[in-house]
Amino acid sequence: MLLAIVACFAFAIAAPALHRVLGRWTGKVLAIVPLALAIGFAFASGTMASVVEERRAWLPALDVAFAFRLDGLSRLFALLVTSVGAIVLVYGGGYLEGRAHVGRFYAFVLAFMASMLGVVLADDLLLLYAAWELTSVCSFLMIGFDHQKEEARYTARQALLVTVLGGLALLAGVLLLAQVSGTTRISELLARGDVVRSSPLYAPILALILLGALTKSAQAPFHFWLPAAMTAPTPVSAYLHAATMVKAGIFLLARLSPVLSGTAAFTIVVTAVGAATAVVGAVLSVVQTDLKRLLAYSTVSALGLMTLLIGIGSETSLFALALFVIAHALYKGALFLVAGMVDHETGARDVGALSGLRRAMPLTFAIAAAAGLSMAALPPTAGLVAKETLIEAVLHRPSIVVSVLAASVSFVVVAWLTAARPFLGAPRDTPRAPTEPSWAMTVGPALLSASSLAIGLAPEATIGALARAAASESAARAISTRPALFHGLGAPLAVTVVSALLGAAVARLHPRLVRLRARGGALAALGPTRGYALGLKALDRLAHVQTRVLQNGKLRAYLGVVIVSTVALAGVTVVRRLDLIEPHLGMVMPRVYEAGLALLVLFAAVVAVQARSRIASITALGVVGYSIALVFQLFGAPDLAMTQFTVETLTVILFVLALRRLPPLARRSLRGRRLRDFAIALPFGALMTVLVLASWHVQLDEPVSRRYLDAAVPEGHGRNVVNVILVDFRALDTLGEITVLAVAAVGAWALLAPTPRRARVSSARVSSARVSSARLSSERTA
Amino acid sequence: MKSVILRTTSVTLPPLLVLFALFLLLHGHDEPGGGFVAGLVAGAALAFLALGVDVPTARQSLRARPEALMAAGLLLAALSGTVGLVTGAPFLRGVWIAPGGLAIGTPIVFDVGVFFVVLGATTKLVFDLAERR
Repeated sequence: MLLAIVACFAFAIAAPALHRVLGRWTGKVLAIVPLALAIGFAFASGTMASVVEERRAWLPALDVAFAFRLDGLSRLFALLVTSVGAIVLVYGGGYLEGRAHVGRFYAFVLAFMASMLGVVLADDLLLLYAAWELTSVCSFLMIGFDHQKEEARYTARQALLVTVLGGLALLAGVLLLAQVSGTTRISELLARGDVVRSSPLYAPILALILLGALTKSAQAPFHFWLPAAMTAPTPVSAYLHAATMVKAGIFLLARLSPVLSGTAAFTIVVTAVGAATAVVGAVLSVVQTDLKRLLAYSTVSALGLMTLLIGIGSETSLFALALFVIAHALYKGALFLVAGMVDHETGARDVGALSGLRRAMPLTFAIAAAAGLSMAALPPTAGLVAKETLIEAVLHRPSIVVSVLAASVSFVVVAWLTAARPFLGAPRDTPRAPTEPSWAMTVGPALLSASSLAIGLAPEATIGALARAAASESAARAISTRPALFHGLGAPLAVTVVSALLGAAVARLHPRLVRLRARGGALAALGPTRGYALGLKALDRLAHVQTRVLQNGKLRAYLGVVIVSTVALAGVTVVRRLDLIEPHLGMVMPRVYEAGLALLVLFAAVVAVQARSRIASITALGVVGYSIALVFQLFGAPDLAMTQFTVETLTVILFVLALRRLPPLARRSLRGRRLRDFAIALPFGALMTVLVLASWHVQLDEPVSRRYLDAAVPEGHGRNVVNVILVDFRALDTLGEITVLAVAAVGAWALLAPTPRRARVSSARVSSARVSSARLSSERTA
Repeated sequence: MKSVILRTTSVTLPPLLVLFALFLLLHGHDEPGGGFVAGLVAGAALAFLALGVDVPTARQSLRARPEALMAAGLLLAALSGTVGLVTGAPFLRGVWIAPGGLAIGTPIVFDVGVFFVVLGATTKLVFDLAERR
């Protein structure tokens, strides 16, 4: 499985080059890769429920591995990803023919396919997360495919920000989950559900993982990025935003269902969000006029239904989920691709402008009709099989039935508007004269629609085993229901009939609804899209303010911030653990010369601060430095003392060089400012004193100096332990230090770089003017 | 107008200081000293020359460009660590030979590298500041 994913990535990288060679045939050739994978996933390992595991070491120290697991649930999704991917590759070749950067399209599709396979096949939580984020990145690249257009860039970034925000939450949730359960291996995790559910961290884990899954699957209130992402080319929309990527959140929740579900929190939250999204999507979809937007909003609604099913969590609902995932991918994918075909041939995408295409595009009409029937849950399609099971699963809760009904009605409406309206009626003028599109664009959707019909006619034979296997994994119990087209004369059938009739009625009212929406445009200002835009603007403003305050260019300010933070953080700890430090804060009686040295340092420090001329300050600082060097010498550290002497000398020289061009200290800083600086400096000095006094006595472990002293001569061949430590035992640290030193010198060089020619000439002019005016004034006074 | 003391000492002291720096460098492993101090002392010698005479003379005495010295020092230090890699030991493992009782090894080469880096850094700072208008 790792091989399969790596192969996909390899083909992705090779795709642009292949496109240059193969041209129009690239898509068809590349589609062989996912087709082969699909066949492998379906047939290579026996039954649909069989489990194949694979593991390769990655980070053994953290117990993270490239672990993969092909079971019923992952097989279902893997088959969807690869088969729809193959279709999209072939279709894309035809749809994008003649456009620029088509090679890039193939690369992105294959890269995405590999990432998505990583998500569904992963058996390690961190591997799943990494693949998850990769899918977000690939989606960003694909939505922004027409990157010349500002709208494409905006929506791509929007999708990325929303899904990556969820991804961050997912990472946090995954890490907490690994910590609570003690493993990152998903297959082991599933057996420890009780541990996780009873842990006090269950609520945050659930919240974080839900945030990740719900942003990816466009649940309310994060649903706004999905319809906006319709700026992507149609094959991309069909692949990512109908069939695969948005289902990643659903997959995650289904995969982790044995661990996370079963509690009231899970059931209530997930069901509520799913139901709300289903209704929101339904309402927003029936007022659209653009083909792709109609389909996008109905996808939101469908995803809401799937979330709802996971929330309920019964055997029936999880079985219904499996069926619905398959049915939805088939019909939504087909409808999106049909919308693309219509757009490609006629140049129009608005429902109001399209009519009577059945004469010019009969095959397309047939494909659309079959897919539309499936979407409206009419016999004999996969959609009906799934819908009946779905309704059976929600019958026990009337409130949920209402939201399901709303969604079903909207599906009928959208199906009518996208699959029937454009083809029926009298032909109308369109920007281009329509003909049947090329076979590359037709064969894929035809296969999808045909599958919908085939599944509808023989549900058990086609997907029975697969759906059962997937649902069993998700429920952690064996499920033995059989999918059927006809569930008997009961409530499910009633709901289906009612929704069909209501849907027809609403479809009739569609033009009136569109006019209503145009008038109620003000309401859109309150939606989450607006919230997102406001959030971004606020973030931008915060960044500006914060940078202006903290990075204001004054060295004094930076030093102040550093010192205050250090004092605050370390000082708080010192005060809180005073009990640890107190017994050690004693002082021995100093000897005469030690006391004299200390007084010299104090005196020099005071002079340095109080001096009226810069040179006096620098000299006093030099005295302080030399005194410290003497301290080192007195306490038996000759290397340190030598280094301190030379560093102090050089520091004084550098100070003199830097400050010699400045006029004498004519004006000292304001008294208030000096008091403030004193208030910052005093606690810092006190903190350092306390720490030095305390650290002398704190003994955490056996002192390492003993070991170094013993090893210096035999291993280090040197009697100067300090030097041996620096260049031998701890040579890596020293290497780092000299690198930093070199970088600092280069940094100083950049700061001291000579001013550009223009500035130098004008400053020369200014200084000469100043000199001449000074001479004039001195001549006048003389 | 430079003082007489400065003018005199800046001609006589730098050679002595450089010799002392080399002494510190080579004796560092057994006596107080080492690459850091040696580099600083040599840097101080050149700073002396720059202040007492002028910067072009100091630059000429150094012969190499300070940046080149820094880079050469880093390279030398890093390379000295790779000698041990040949025998499978980790990076920066000390390798010693003892011709005629004298212990010579990679840590000493490392120390020389440190010396060059410190010398290069200090001369760079001093020369650039001294040359600034």
